[in-house]
Amino acid sequence: MTAPGIDIQLDAQGRLRHFLTTEGLSAQMLTSILDYAESFAVVGDRAVKKVPLLRGKTVANLFFEPSTRTRTTFELAAKRLSADVLNIDIARSATNKGETLRDTLHNLEAMHCDMFIVRHGNSGAAHFIAAQVAGHACVINAGDGRHAHPTQALLDIFTIRRHKPDFAGLRVAIVGDIMHSRVARSELHALRTLGVNDIRVVAPRTLLPVAIETLGAQVFHDLATGLQDVDVIIMLRLQRERIKNAALPSEQEYFHCYGLTEERLEAAQPDVLVMHPGPVNRGIEIDSQVVDGERSVILQQVNHGIAVRMAVMAMVVGVAPEAKASPN
Amino acid sequence: MASRELDVQALLGILKTRLDQRLEACRREAPLFVGIHTGGVWVAQQLLRMYNSKQPLGKLNIAFYRDDFSRIGLHPQVDRSSLPFDVSDRHVVLVDDVLYTGRTARAAMNELFDYGRAASISLAALVDRSGRELPVQADAVGACVQLGAHQQIKLLGPEPLTLETTTTQCAQR
Repeated sequence: MTAPGIDIQLDAQGRLRHFLTTEGLSAQMLTSILDYAESFAVVGDRAVKKVPLLRGKTVANLFFEPSTRTRTTFELAAKRLSADVLNIDIARSATNKGETLRDTLHNLEAMHCDMFIVRHGNSGAAHFIAAQVAGHACVINAGDGRHAHPTQALLDIFTIRRHKPDFAGLRVAIVGDIMHSRVARSELHALRTLGVNDIRVVAPRTLLPVAIETLGAQVFHDLATGLQDVDVIIMLRLQRERIKNAALPSEQEYFHCYGLTEERLEAAQPDVLVMHPGPVNRGIEIDSQVVDGERSVILQQVNHGIAVRMAVMAMVVGVAPEAKASPN
Repeated sequence: MASRELDVQALLGILKTRLDQRLEACRREAPLFVGIHTGGVWVAQQLLRMYNSKQPLGKLNIAFYRDDFSRIGLHPQVDRSSLPFDVSDRHVVLVDDVLYTGRTARAAMNELFDYGRAASISLAALVDRSGRELPVQADAVGACVQLGAHQQIKLLGPEPLTLETTTTQCAQR
């Protein structure tokens, strides 16, 4: 049995048709996304920050969950590719009046949208939409439930590669709320495929999903041990809105045991990269000093998000069958 | 199938002479050189070497400006464009290996405009072959070659630079 999203995201020639998960994608495909992103990155440095690849295409941002960074960088990426962008305000849309997801989708298709950027609280939502859309439309997953957030994983890996291109010798620690993190899952799949051998997850037992080690990670419950000699630390946001019951005694207690501070960084390599997908809870999972410190590449991640999203959008639109011209 | 031998070094010499004449006639002084990936970059490097010039070379990869993107998607290899200078108000010499349909030159000019407004653009091509589809012409060429739609000419390199002419079963555009 294949996991959802693996087959549907490739076309018959093995090219990227939708981008739903990093799981099951080859190292060659992941590397080619990173390489394209390098070429798109220079567009942001020019007088005219646009290329005409997606001229005449319409991209719909379908965000069923709130997001600032991801939605804005997708919008900016689409605009730098010269696409027209629709931001659908789901909270005020017909979905809220009882329209089904499928009907919302078909209505947007009737408006000739070529691409849907989907964020949804339910795992598998982007996959569901990709299975529903018309032949020419493409779907990019901007985060579904606890399942996947593939563009975030790739922009993190793009950032790592810029600083530390040798993946085989890399030691990466992913720290924090692994349980609710789609970013962590997408990263584990991609890092492992790209040949990173030492991947660690560091979290209290209550914030770790069962059998996470089957995704190729070593499990640590103690931060100091987990950070020993690592080259990259990926901090995760404590998803307070999703944490129910008594998973944590208190946020202060969490910071005391798992918060990243300057002193704790000393266990890692001197040139360690500190990353965070945002939004950052200062003083809960990470100390302010570290966020703003010299080893932090958090703002670079945001910037790289634009180039990586441009690359993925151009790749999927490039292989999409052309939409049939409307008879009118 | 190689049908004829073209001496690249001789063509480079002719190209440089004609380019010099053209630039002088138009009073285009202190031009910046921009090569189109990949063959055009090789030709532009040779030209700069012949001028004994140490100026940096601009490189354009026109993959994001191609007019066949919606048909064939992204080109599999996209080296990044790099223009290590400001083209605004400068004379630019755009260099390609083979001028054929004119679509590459059009795409390159579109990309160049996104870096700034050049004072002028001159087009230099090592080989001008028949088969133009757009109203584009070179300011200087090394040689003009008549080829049918079934024939291709390609610059191989970077060391040594050689021109290869081949014939295929079906026309490629």
